[in-house]
Amino acid sequence: MKGMSLIVKTITRLITGFIFVYGVSIVLYGHLTPGGGFAGGVILACGLILLVLAFGKETALNIVSEKAASAWDCVAALLFLFIALLGFTGGYFFRNFMNKGKPFHLISAGIPLWCNIAIGIKVGACLFLVFVVLAGFRMRDEG
Amino acid sequence: MGLYILCSIIFLLGVYAVTAKKNLVKIVIGLSILEYAANLLLILIGYRTNGEAPIITPASQETARFVDPIPQALIVTSIVIGLGVTAMVIALCIRLYEKYGTFDVLVIKRLRG
Amino acid sequence: MNTNTVLPLFIAIPLGTAFLIVLLGRFREQLADLFGLTATALLTVFSLYRLGLLPQVYYMGNWPPPFGINLVSDPLSTLLLIIINGVSLLVCIYSVTYMTGYTDKPKYYSLLMLMIAGMNGVVLTGDMFNMYVFLEIGAISSYALVAFGTEDEELEASFKYLVLGSVASSFILFGIALMYSTTGTLNLADISRTTSERGLNSVMVFATGLFIGGFGLKAAMVPFHAWLPDAHPSAPAPISAMLSGVLIKALGVYALVRLFYNVIGMNSMYSGILMVLGLLSMVVGVILAVGQWDFKRLLAYHSISQMGYVVLGVGIGSPLAIAGALFHLLNHSMFKSLLFLCSGAVEYSTGTRQLKKLGGLWYKMPVTGSTCSVASLSISGVPPFNGFFSKLLIILGAVQAADRFGLWAYVIAAITVLVSFLTLVSFVKVQRYVLFGGLSEKLQKIREVPAAMCLALVVFAILCVGLGVFCPFVLNWLIYPARDVVLDKAGYISLVLVR
Repeated sequence: MKGMSLIVKTITRLITGFIFVYGVSIVLYGHLTPGGGFAGGVILACGLILLVLAFGKETALNIVSEKAASAWDCVAALLFLFIALLGFTGGYFFRNFMNKGKPFHLISAGIPLWCNIAIGIKVGACLFLVFVVLAGFRMRDEG
Repeated sequence: MGLYILCSIIFLLGVYAVTAKKNLVKIVIGLSILEYAANLLLILIGYRTNGEAPIITPASQETARFVDPIPQALIVTSIVIGLGVTAMVIALCIRLYEKYGTFDVLVIKRLRG
Repeated sequence: MNTNTVLPLFIAIPLGTAFLIVLLGRFREQLADLFGLTATALLTVFSLYRLGLLPQVYYMGNWPPPFGINLVSDPLSTLLLIIINGVSLLVCIYSVTYMTGYTDKPKYYSLLMLMIAGMNGVVLTGDMFNMYVFLEIGAISSYALVAFGTEDEELEASFKYLVLGSVASSFILFGIALMYSTTGTLNLADISRTTSERGLNSVMVFATGLFIGGFGLKAAMVPFHAWLPDAHPSAPAPISAMLSGVLIKALGVYALVRLFYNVIGMNSMYSGILMVLGLLSMVVGVILAVGQWDFKRLLAYHSISQMGYVVLGVGIGSPLAIAGALFHLLNHSMFKSLLFLCSGAVEYSTGTRQLKKLGGLWYKMPVTGSTCSVASLSISGVPPFNGFFSKLLIILGAVQAADRFGLWAYVIAAITVLVSFLTLVSFVKVQRYVLFGGLSEKLQKIREVPAAMCLALVVFAILCVGLGVFCPFVLNWLIYPARDVVLDKAGYISLVLVR
């Protein structure tokens, strides 16, 4: 799958970093502002999909390969399950066992911060993988 | 009352698209419309007149005028489920096009009886 | 650590195993088999451990009930947990050798684990939207598993199943939204208390109509059955056994029973609707099944018919009828899974499913042949096997309800007996064409299926015979406690909320 024109490639090189930073900030501040794991993960995936559209599939797969995306997907899901099982140390499954800290700071409110990070990684990797696999099919009359 | 009628109309449009259209992709679009109608009903139910967004900030900490935050959490989950189903059905459509050569539902009918 | 700590593990173990299998399965395929078998064995042990215990509630994250999600384990949930996890263990044993011809076995095990997690979640949860989420997890995994072989017909069947299943799920979500708008809560016990205090208003009745449509499609009732005869034959045989044996029960019939008896409250209108749906399914299913010449399609139509028995028993509503319905649920998962696994064994050895091309397989495949005969006798309702006792209980329940329905009760009982006779006719045809008769030229060289598949078939056959012979013990330990929970709406409320 080829990429797009030179203008698109130049602008993408400039913008992609900002897209990733924006996505990461939505994930990290998920317990204070709207957003959270899923929304931030979708933005991260959209950044990666922009790379696929602008530069072509092979270049994007050199940056994040299919096996790496699949591995990050599973590791993040297992991390989420591990955090939930750690709630048993407080007595119940999925209990908020961490120190709650001061309100309105970044590291506060216990579990939701780490769960958001795990979900953000998982959704980003998963949606990118789905897009790459679906974009691999070709129409019958195209090369 | 107008809320229920609005969402029911959108729901029925989705059902019409699923049952009466002959192109696979249009059926998929109908499925998405169905999901959106149910999500729309769920979130509009949580609305209060002159309500505010249910975010606790250091500036405003009074919760009496917030709209209902539970439907907002429910529809985030529901949108994710809809995304999963849509991805699955698009993959099936692509594979079906490879095997049968067409998107027409009337042609893809080898199982009968 | 007290006895209800095991409840969240029913959902956590299959989820964790699903992702572990995808992560580690690319190194060695045998690891996928090992993880799958270990996980289902652990789950079966846990579900049997919960067998004699009192009903318990588990609060996730220690949030009390109207605010948090809770897991409720009462005898009805325990019965379904034993069915789901037991059948999935035997199906995993069977798939070790059956799925060697398919590509990408780790993904198969991962999807199977996700489906088990979804079903366990539906059966255990005490929150309405949580039930919808787990319902979707189980359903989406089953859509992917039906299309697993990626041949033409399998993709078409999966597309049909997916579209119909998604429309049903949208109906259910619409109903949940309407129910939330009138009751203001999503907790099943809290909704139950609200309907007990205030009665049903028109929005709730509309929501229950949507639920009958949505869950009725998941349970394959007759106006909504069109996906089943295409989806169940196209799946690989162990998945057909899981779909017919547990999925339509856990997602469809269990949800109907829990919602209509414990949450919304049964009245004569809902009884009538469920009875009509059950009767229609029984009759239409068996009439369409008699004329089939494809082995798995015939079994799929019989699934519709037998689910009609269960919904008829649930609809009649007397204690004997509900006991018969729940016992038939248990029995059907045993013999229908066994029948689908036998058809898979036949297809594995001979390569075909058409009845007219098979014949005389008894002599070459003795284990498959004898277990297939045991299952056919069970489903037809022949005495020492388990199908006879459950059908007898449903017929007696129908006759006993004569004081409410008058002459119609005898008509219902007569229709039930007639359907049972037609089932017997259909399976005599299956026996004659598949097992007996002359062995054709092309099939001279077939052999018995490998040992893992034989083990699963034999264990199912022993269970079929055992559940029939030890019927009084099974009724006392498993079925009567579940029936008491179904009929006791106030008990469900006090179990969850008064704590």
